[in-house]
Amino acid sequence: MARAISTRRKLTFTAIGWLVGFVIFFPILWTVLTSFKTEGEAIASPPHFLFFDWTLQSYYEVQSRSNYFKHMMNSVVISFGSTFIGLLVAIPAAWAMAFSPTKRTKDIMMWMLSTKMLPPVGVLVPIYLLFRDWGLLDTRLGLVIVLTMINLPIIVWMLYTYFKEIPGEILEASRMDGASLAKEIVYVLTPMAVPGIASTLLLNIILAWNEAFWTLNLSAASAAPLTAFIASYSSPEGLFWAKLSAASTLAIAPILILGWFSQRQLVRGLTFGAVK
Amino acid sequence: MATLQTRSAARLMMTPAVLMLFVWMIVPLAMTLYFSLLRYNLLMPGMEEWAGTLNYRYFLTDPAFGAALLNTLLLVGGVLLITLVGGTLLALLLDQPFFGQGIVRLLVIAPFFVMPTVSALVWKNMLMHPVYGIFAWIARLFGLQPVDWLSSLPLFSVTMIVAWQWLPFATLILLTALQSLDEEQKEAAEMDGAGPVSRFIHIVLPHLARAMTVVVLIETIFLLSVFAEILVTTNGGPGTESTNITYLVYAQALLQFDVGGASAGGIVAVILANIVAIFLIRLIGKNLEA
Amino acid sequence: MGSITLEKVSKSFGTTNVIPEIDLEIADGEFVVFVGPSGCGKSTLLRIIAGLEDATAGTIRIDGADATREAPAKRGLSMVFQSYALYPHMSVYGNIAFPLKMAGQEKPAIDKKVRDAARVLNLTDYLDRKPRQLSGGQRQRVAIGRAIVRQPKAFLFDEPLSNLDAALRVNMRLEISELHHQLKTTMVYVTHDQVEAMTMADKIVVLNAGRIEQVGSPLDLYRNPKNLFVAGFIGSPKMNLITGAAAAKENATTIGVRPEHIGLSKREGPWQGTVTVVEHLGADTFVHADVDGVGPVTARAPGEFAVKHSERVFLTPEAEKIYRFGENGDAL
Repeated sequence: MARAISTRRKLTFTAIGWLVGFVIFFPILWTVLTSFKTEGEAIASPPHFLFFDWTLQSYYEVQSRSNYFKHMMNSVVISFGSTFIGLLVAIPAAWAMAFSPTKRTKDIMMWMLSTKMLPPVGVLVPIYLLFRDWGLLDTRLGLVIVLTMINLPIIVWMLYTYFKEIPGEILEASRMDGASLAKEIVYVLTPMAVPGIASTLLLNIILAWNEAFWTLNLSAASAAPLTAFIASYSSPEGLFWAKLSAASTLAIAPILILGWFSQRQLVRGLTFGAVK
Repeated sequence: MATLQTRSAARLMMTPAVLMLFVWMIVPLAMTLYFSLLRYNLLMPGMEEWAGTLNYRYFLTDPAFGAALLNTLLLVGGVLLITLVGGTLLALLLDQPFFGQGIVRLLVIAPFFVMPTVSALVWKNMLMHPVYGIFAWIARLFGLQPVDWLSSLPLFSVTMIVAWQWLPFATLILLTALQSLDEEQKEAAEMDGAGPVSRFIHIVLPHLARAMTVVVLIETIFLLSVFAEILVTTNGGPGTESTNITYLVYAQALLQFDVGGASAGGIVAVILANIVAIFLIRLIGKNLEA
Repeated sequence: MGSITLEKVSKSFGTTNVIPEIDLEIADGEFVVFVGPSGCGKSTLLRIIAGLEDATAGTIRIDGADATREAPAKRGLSMVFQSYALYPHMSVYGNIAFPLKMAGQEKPAIDKKVRDAARVLNLTDYLDRKPRQLSGGQRQRVAIGRAIVRQPKAFLFDEPLSNLDAALRVNMRLEISELHHQLKTTMVYVTHDQVEAMTMADKIVVLNAGRIEQVGSPLDLYRNPKNLFVAGFIGSPKMNLITGAAAAKENATTIGVRPEHIGLSKREGPWQGTVTVVEHLGADTFVHADVDGVGPVTARAPGEFAVKHSERVFLTPEAEKIYRFGENGDAL
C-alpha cells in the first residue's frame, strides 16, 4: 500500500478525472446556470457560459405562474409518506425474516423481490381503472399507496440486510432481561439499526421523489408531484428554458444533496444486498 | 432463536407486508389477465364481450409490436453496453488517487439523482435542440451541420439520455466491487510478474464479473420499463421509431382507451420481464445463502 | 429459590434428534456445569431451560412450577452469553439497568441496585462508558452485572469465558465461583473446557451427542467414570486408554490409567518403552512414551524427571487405579 505515487501520474489522472467529471456533470451544471438567465439569454447562440446578467427572475415566475410550491409539497408528501408507511410495515417484517427465519422465509423474500420486477405496464390498466372508480386518480393518497407498494420490497430487503448484521444474541439477551417483543424492537433492535434504517429511509425518499411512471400516469393538475409538473414543460408552447431550468434546479437540488450523502447505501439498496 | 412464541409472532409481523404486496400484485395482475381476454374499450362502455385470444393476436401481429420489441431490445442493449464499458472505465479512473477525487466522484454519480423528466427535458431542449442546443453549437464550431437528434436519431437519442442516467449506477457498483478487491491479491500478482494489463484481465475483471452481472440484471429490469424519457422527448415517434413495449401499452391504454389490447400487451411485457427476473432471482438467491 | 427440573426433555430440529430424552434435577443453590465436546447439545439444553428454544417434548419445572411454555422473560432466569450480548447503544449503566427498567421498577430503586452491582463488580468508574470502550474482562463483568441486578432464580452461563485470554479466564473463573458463594443462587454453566467444569462445579453433567453420559461431583467423575467417554473427557492430561493384550490380561476390552497413576523409573517396571516427547512444566514432568506391546502412554511425574527423547524408561501403573471397560465402553 505504502508506495510513492509519482506526482506526474497523479497530475495526469487529476486532469483526466476532472475533465470526465465535468463532461458528465455538464447537463446539470448547464441547467443550474441557465436558471439564472433571462429567457433571451437562455437561447443565445453562441451560448453564454458565465458572463451574463445573473437574475432570479425565472425562479419568481416559476412560483407565481404555476404555483410551484404546491407541486413541491406534493412531492414531499408522496415521497416521505410512502417511505414512512413502508418502514412501518417493513420493520416488523424484516425483524421476522432476519431473526426468526423458517424454511419459507427465503421463498417469501424472493417473491417480494419478484413483485419489484413486475413491469408496471402489466398492472397499469386495472390500477388506473380501480383508481378512477375509487376516486384516487390525481390524489396524493393514491400516489402514496402506489409508491408504498412499489418500494416496499426494497425497504424490506434493505432492512433485512442491515438486521442480519445485528447479532441475534443481543435480542435474546433482551428477552432474558424481561423485554416483551414490542419492547425488544423499540428499545434494542431499532436503536441498534438506526444507521441502516436511516439509509433505507434516505434511499427510498430518493426513489419515490424521482419515480416517473405512476406519478405521470395517475396524477394531473392537483396531486402532480414535481416529476409530472416538469413533464408539462415538454409541450411546444412551454419552451421557456430559463423557467424550465429554474423549476428543474429546485426539483433536483434537495435530492442530489441527499443522494450524495447516501452513495454507499445506494449500492447496497439497489442491488438488494448483492453488492455491499 | 426459535420458539413457538417467537415464530408465531414473526408470522404475525410479516403478515401486513406480505398481504399488501400480495394484493398489489395478484389482484391487478389477475384483472389484467382477465381484461386481456375481453373486447373492452373505454370509449364504448357497456360493450365488453369475450374475445378469447383475439387481443393477443392483434397485439402480437401489429407491426408496432415488432418495432417496439426491437426498440426495447436496442434500448436495453445499447444502454447496457454504454454503462458497462463506461462504468468500468470510470470505476478504474475513480480508483486512482488524484486531487479532488471525492468531488469528481460526486460529479460522476450526480445524474442518477436527477428525476427522469428533468434529464429528458434538459437533454431534449438545452443539449439536443437543433438550433439552440449545445450539441448544435459544438457542431457549428467545427463547421458541421447540426443534427436534429430527436427527429433523425430518436432511439439513439433516448438511449444516450437513459445511458447518462444509468452510468453512475454502473460506476458506483463496479467501483464498490473494485475497492473490495484484496490489495494483497494484486500485490501477489505483481510479485508473480504480471503487468498492469494482465493484472486487469486475470485478477480485476474476474473479480468484477459478479458485480457486472448484478448491473446487467438490475438495469435490465428498470430499462425494460423506460417510460418518462420517451414520453417527454419523442412521444414514441416519429412513427414508432422510439416506441418501446412500455410506451406502446401506455399509448394503447390511455391514448386509445383500448383496455383489452393494452392488457394483452401488459401480459406480454410481464412475460418478457419474467425471463430476466428468473436469472436475477437465481443470482440474488444464491447470494442470500452465502 | 431456584430449583430446575427437566422431565423427559427432548429436542429435534426437523428430523434430526439433537437431544434424546433427558431427565435432570438441579437443586436450589447448586452450581451445575454442562460439559462436553462442541456439538454435544449442551448449549441447546441451556437455551431450552432459558426458553429461547422450545423443547420438542417433555416438561421443564422451575421451582416446581411448569415453565415449559413460559416466555423467557417470564421465567425469572438471567443469562450471560458467550458474546456478552451487551447493548452497544447503551452505557454500562443503561445495560445493567435494562432488566430493571423492563420490570417496571422505580428510578431510585433502579439507581441503587445498579450502583450496588457496579460496586461489587468494580465497574463504578465505567458506568458512563459504552461497551465498545471496555476491555473483554470488563464487558464480561457488565454482562454479569446485568444478570445479577434482577435477582433471578438462577443464572445461566453460555460459555462465558471462551472469548477471554488464558490469564483473564482463570481470574474470571475465580470471580464467578466467589459470586456463587456470595449469592448462593443456582447457576447453570455451559463449557467445553473440563478444567472449568472441574474447578467450579458442585455437580457436573457430561453430555455427548445429546445424551447425558454421567452426572456427579467433580471428584466422583474423576474417580468413577461410568464409561470410556467420561474417562477420556475428565482429567488432564487425558487418561491413557489401552486395548489389546494388556487389556485382555485384566479381563477387559479396554483399560484406562491416568498419567498421574503411573510410576516412572529408569531401572525397573512392568512396562518398558521409548520416550517420544518430554514436557517439563517445572512442577510436573509429562513423559510420552511408546510402550512395547501396549502403545503410546503418557505418564506424569511430580517435580523434575530427567529423561530425554529416545531413551528407554520403565512404567508402573498403580494396580488399584486401573479402570476396566467392557465391549460397549461401560465401566466394569
